[in-house]
Amino acid sequence: MLKIENLHANVEGKEILKGINLDVKPGEVHAIMGPNGSGKSTLASVIAGNEDFEITEGSVLLEGEELNELAPEERAHKGVFLSFQYPVEIPGVTVTNFLKTAINETRKAKGLEEMPANEMLKKIREKSELLEIDRKFLSRSLNEGFSGGEKKRNEIFQMAMLEPKLAILDETDSGLDIDALKIVANGVNRLKNDENAVVVITHYQRLLDYIVPDFVHVLLNGKIVKSGGKELALELEEKGYDWIKQEATV
Amino acid sequence: MELKDKLVSSFMAFEDTVDVNLPVHEVRSKAIKDFENLGFPSKKLESWKYTSLSKLLKSDYSVFPKNESSLEFKEVKKYFIHEIDSYKIVFIDGIYSSHLSETSHEGLDVCLMSAALSKPKYKIIIDNYFNKIAKTDGLTALNTAFSREGAFINIPRGKVVEKPIQILHFSTGNESSLLLQPRNLIVVGENAHVQIIERHQSLTDNPVLTNSVTEIFANKRAIVDYYKIQNDRQSASLIDNTFISQQQNSHALVHTFSLGGNVTRNNLQFFHKGEYLDSTLKGVTIIGDKQHVDHSTLVHHATPNCESHQDYKGIYADRSTGVFNGQIIVEKEAQKTNGFQQNNNILIDDTATINAKPQLEIFADDVKCSHGCTIGQLDDEAMFYLKSRGIPEKEARALLMYAFANNVLESVKIPEVKQRINKLIAMKLGVNLGFDL
Ligand SMILES: Nc1ncnc2c1ncn2[C@@H]1O[C@H](COP(=O)(O)OP(=O)(O)O)[C@@H](O)[C@H]1O
Ligand SMILES: [Mg+2]
Repeated sequence: MLKIENLHANVEGKEILKGINLDVKPGEVHAIMGPNGSGKSTLASVIAGNEDFEITEGSVLLEGEELNELAPEERAHKGVFLSFQYPVEIPGVTVTNFLKTAINETRKAKGLEEMPANEMLKKIREKSELLEIDRKFLSRSLNEGFSGGEKKRNEIFQMAMLEPKLAILDETDSGLDIDALKIVANGVNRLKNDENAVVVITHYQRLLDYIVPDFVHVLLNGKIVKSGGKELALELEEKGYDWIKQEATV
Repeated sequence: MELKDKLVSSFMAFEDTVDVNLPVHEVRSKAIKDFENLGFPSKKLESWKYTSLSKLLKSDYSVFPKNESSLEFKEVKKYFIHEIDSYKIVFIDGIYSSHLSETSHEGLDVCLMSAALSKPKYKIIIDNYFNKIAKTDGLTALNTAFSREGAFINIPRGKVVEKPIQILHFSTGNESSLLLQPRNLIVVGENAHVQIIERHQSLTDNPVLTNSVTEIFANKRAIVDYYKIQNDRQSASLIDNTFISQQQNSHALVHTFSLGGNVTRNNLQFFHKGEYLDSTLKGVTIIGDKQHVDHSTLVHHATPNCESHQDYKGIYADRSTGVFNGQIIVEKEAQKTNGFQQNNNILIDDTATINAKPQLEIFADDVKCSHGCTIGQLDDEAMFYLKSRGIPEKEARALLMYAFANNVLESVKIPEVKQRINKLIAMKLGVNLGFDL
């Protein structure tokens, strides 16, 4: 599904990603953990195509096709989805209109007709129920004045609507209370199948109790320094990152 | 001959076409003298610093159209808000078209200025209101001097007019270049409500310059809702001078949608004559292609306990220029004034310019006044967010621009007008989004 080979990326001339390798197969859930500033969000942004970051070496492949030169919207059309750590507030665009535009532009890019209005409504209803989102919420301006938790839930609602092949969830758990966390995790799990994949970026083991990863990777200073199974997350929770830092410098 | 001289010397010919014995003709005669003294405004005037008329004044305009033209409704239907039942006052090359109009004298007057100026039954209204708040700057004086035709709307006390009134001016291009000077008078009685939509539309590429003057009087507790739709051709320029006088507890709202035309200047001035009234001025400007739009507003707070709200959004691309000159004067007597002004601009590329100049002159001490002015670009983070959801560059930009302008549209009370503006904006932005703009 997603293959990352020796990826190096800069922002403002400073190297942030220093040779990342990652192989995510269909049906898998991968977790990426690591201390603040280690480059997790940068990796997510680079995969999604943020032009603030420059790939200096290596490549990002989705189903064997290189994404490096594609615009963010083209990547989205191919099935990449990023749940933002900090979703952007867009006053004046309602959640519903935003989703309609996103879905229909994606369909247009694939040469499909616009989704019929009743089908759209049905889908919105279904997915908002899945994430226990209030109908009133849908006519509000996108993310404007949403609480941290509402923003994150709204990200996963968008994911549910867009049904991506590859979803990268960047600290979706931060800002969520335990009930909301369960709802969001349940949403993600319900969307999960053998043909798609999820990369969960998180600081905490907590989310991984609900979205259980097949692999856990530790990102440190722009490199994946350790990979393991889900028990690695528990170990990190217990011992912090210092021991890995020491291991890595040895 | 310079346009100014041509106009002054054509005044005599004009006098042959009107009744010079009416009192209004004294007003005209004085006005032509004022114009002779003042001339057209030049960039030397502070209020015209950023808008130049010099190029426009070079055309050899016909002042009085020689040929009468007619139009079929189906040719111009799209310029009407035709989805609703409305009164219509329509002019073709400055001449009233009874064929396209739907006027009324039943319970209100929706008719012609020429009738109002000449018929005895309107004498009192004309004496009381005509040219009573129009300023004596050069352009207004010029309009006053040649005032003969336009819309006359008189809503008696207590009348809530259900149907909006549309004022439309078409120019056919039958003259190689045309100067139009409509003169409108709108008197809204106590407790009366009225909604008015105004549009100027040129149908060919022959140059047209319109110098329009509108006087509006909102009496006690009257509600006046005025929509100006400006989406003219590249060959058409408009100088719109609108003066509004408000009495106690009245509400006056003017929405100006400036989406096209060569040079557009909106002089919009509100004068407060009573307490507890409010004035709302809203504008959306989206231009490109070397177009120029100038909003020069004035709210004159002369009485206590009044409010004014100004909110202008502008999006400028491709060598276009915008001007926002927003003046709020609060006189010493006008305690407890709330005066707000917001002007936000987006420059799409670095060939576009905006000159924004808020001017607050406050002489009272117990007031709440604020103004905010921003000039920016589209937010990169927001662009990435939209694109990452599959919305392409162009559509993402359009969505953000639409969102930026959207809160001005929220106060449009006629749904069909809102729909039309949305459509015009979508066309202007060149997009067809997945929902109805
Ligand atoms: N847009 C940016 N401009 C400059 N520096 C950035 C930018 N984005 C991230 N960085 C820097 O890159 C490093 C990694 O940041 P980030 O990827 O956000 O880390 P994480 O998500 O793991 O906390 C940090 O040192 C951060 O300051
Ligand atoms: Mg981060």
